[in-house]
Amino acid sequence: MTDIHDTRPQMPLGLAQRGYTGVIQHLSAGDAGSALSDIELESRLIELGFVEGARVEVLHEGLVGRDPIAVRVDNITIAVRRREAMAIIVA
Amino acid sequence: MEAPLLHLALVGTPNSGKTSLFNALTGSRQKVANYPGVTVERKEGFFVTPQGRQVSVVDLPGTYSLRGRSPDEEITRDFVLGKASGETVPDLVLCVADSTNLRLTIRLLLELKRTGRPMVLVLNMFDIAARRGINVDVERLAKELGVPVVTSIAVRKGGTADLLTLTDEISAKFAAEPQENSWRALSVAELRATQREADRIIADCVSLPSRPDTWTARIDAVVLHPVGGLIVLALILFVMFQAVFAWAQPLMELLNSGFDALGEFVHAALPAGLLQSFLQNGVISGVGSVIVFLPQIIIIFLFILLLEDFGYMARAAFLMDRIMGGAGLHGRAFIPLLSSFACAIPGIMATRVIDNKRDRLTTILIAPLMTCSARIPVYTLIISAFIPARDVWGFINLQGLVMFGLYAAGIISALGVSFLIKFFMLRDYAPAPFMLELPDYKMPRLKSIAIGVYTRAKMFLHRAGTTIFSMMVLIWFLASFPQPPAGATEPAIDFSLAAIIGKALAPLLAPVGFNWQIAVALIPGMAAREVAVAALGTVYAIEGGKEAAEQIGQVLATKWSLATALSMLAWYIFAPQCASTLAVIRRETGSWTWMAVTFAYMLVLAYAASLLTYNVAVALGAG
Repeated sequence: MTDIHDTRPQMPLGLAQRGYTGVIQHLSAGDAGSALSDIELESRLIELGFVEGARVEVLHEGLVGRDPIAVRVDNITIAVRRREAMAIIVA
Repeated sequence: MEAPLLHLALVGTPNSGKTSLFNALTGSRQKVANYPGVTVERKEGFFVTPQGRQVSVVDLPGTYSLRGRSPDEEITRDFVLGKASGETVPDLVLCVADSTNLRLTIRLLLELKRTGRPMVLVLNMFDIAARRGINVDVERLAKELGVPVVTSIAVRKGGTADLLTLTDEISAKFAAEPQENSWRALSVAELRATQREADRIIADCVSLPSRPDTWTARIDAVVLHPVGGLIVLALILFVMFQAVFAWAQPLMELLNSGFDALGEFVHAALPAGLLQSFLQNGVISGVGSVIVFLPQIIIIFLFILLLEDFGYMARAAFLMDRIMGGAGLHGRAFIPLLSSFACAIPGIMATRVIDNKRDRLTTILIAPLMTCSARIPVYTLIISAFIPARDVWGFINLQGLVMFGLYAAGIISALGVSFLIKFFMLRDYAPAPFMLELPDYKMPRLKSIAIGVYTRAKMFLHRAGTTIFSMMVLIWFLASFPQPPAGATEPAIDFSLAAIIGKALAPLLAPVGFNWQIAVALIPGMAAREVAVAALGTVYAIEGGKEAAEQIGQVLATKWSLATALSMLAWYIFAPQCASTLAVIRRETGSWTWMAVTFAYMLVLAYAASLLTYNVAVALGAG
């Protein structure tokens, strides 16, 4: 792959700080430890617009444990807990 | 021959402006009921097209896909597929999109197309999109999608004209339309492919500006600030409760004197006797004392609907998610719990947005602890009779402060109960995900809000006119029969059935400071909590004879000790006796057990709280 984001290390969105911007590389529901099954989690993430190539920006964080996070996904804002955001691999 | 009723269905993602479009199309010609067998709200409205065609339109629950992962979403799926029992297959499906945010709706539309139903894409809020510099090539979009596309501005007069015209055009050439249904649940790979396809179409047909909505960003900078946001939330709630208490007061006094005057008129117009007593004490003062609370109910719903329309509700859920999570609650539970401040019944029904069964159950169990508007009459009555209306620290009304304290007590005990449920009953619990769209802020539109408030006020009045009215008749009967023997010197009510029941229960309630009149009032309070006020009114009004036109509050102030009044307030923080809430819990959980559990735990808490309050108050000299 000769993506311009190859130079940045991949990381789960769940670890991103406020102000982080990046592009979704892939989804990895198995890594999230969510209460949902992998298929269900992946389906829901896609339904909310978390697909490969989408631009994301962490806009806001909650008070307790900086959780949940409000993420700009292209042109909408989605609130998600960090636990589920661990399934979204960004760079 | 008149053409048959045309059936439309509105489908769309949450926040697509579906409901404001529904309101714009139908105005107040709406019918709210439930789908058979489930407690999903069914909203149907009616309108006539410019060509004179009669149309029925159903506002289906918002959904992101047809997978049907909650009862709401199942309804939407089954309805579109024509599998919902007792429902007509829609002639035309209107897929409603927020024009500023097409990605998720276009994907939903691609999935919907597989059902073969005739379909139109409605680009709603087209004005906002235009203002933000979003340019949609409508013709090309229609060609790419293979469905007609129409723009609308639901909130503006005439903003649905194109949609109405198109509806006429489509209904004129129907017969050939419906196609084969090839829909089946999408696999993850298909879902991803559909989203890719949607993104490709959008890239071809829509030019997006690079600038996001600056207002939303600016407001969120404050409202979603980890600390500032919580302060804003607390302020909003505080203003809301002060408003409920202070703003409604003049109107309530007006209604009150209106009913008093009506009662006096009946009293003067009719000869003394049973009929006079029935109309004045049973009907007018009974129903009147409940209808008086209409202004407060309107104000509460006004706040809830305004915040929802503005887009704040989802933010509140975001702010509260982890805080409520500490007590074992899901962030999404915030909206049902906030609705429960108006009434636990819509609140419990709103828990359907929580798709994890355990999260939902916990929320249902504690929803009745949120101070519902039916408790307001009881709180207001007792507070205004026993708490002096003076200011503390110069600017805070003491009565308002006590009210705020009662609400706070309800919230704190709800969090406590939730924590206990999580700790003891649902121990092997893994937190369900919190995923929620935070829509851009929108100026709430008066017409839509007005329709929403009107529908709810109508429901309240309907309840006052039916359930509460029949309970008032029952309690008047209990309080009036049997009649005292001739020449009796005691008040008439001492001989009545009500007194017999009340006195039988009184020993059980004596430890918490309740007299037998309260025991009598608590029984019809089973029908609806606010009936207790009317019942107290009836019990004391009949007992008091002619001078009973006096305020109930003044009577109570002379009959009850402060300790009894405080104990009554403590009881009503929990107030287990609401038959409709219990019935809804049974229906929503599908189990008598959970209904019994709710009643039992609330009864125990109410008794314990009253016992404590009464004894502490007596010990402090308020007995």
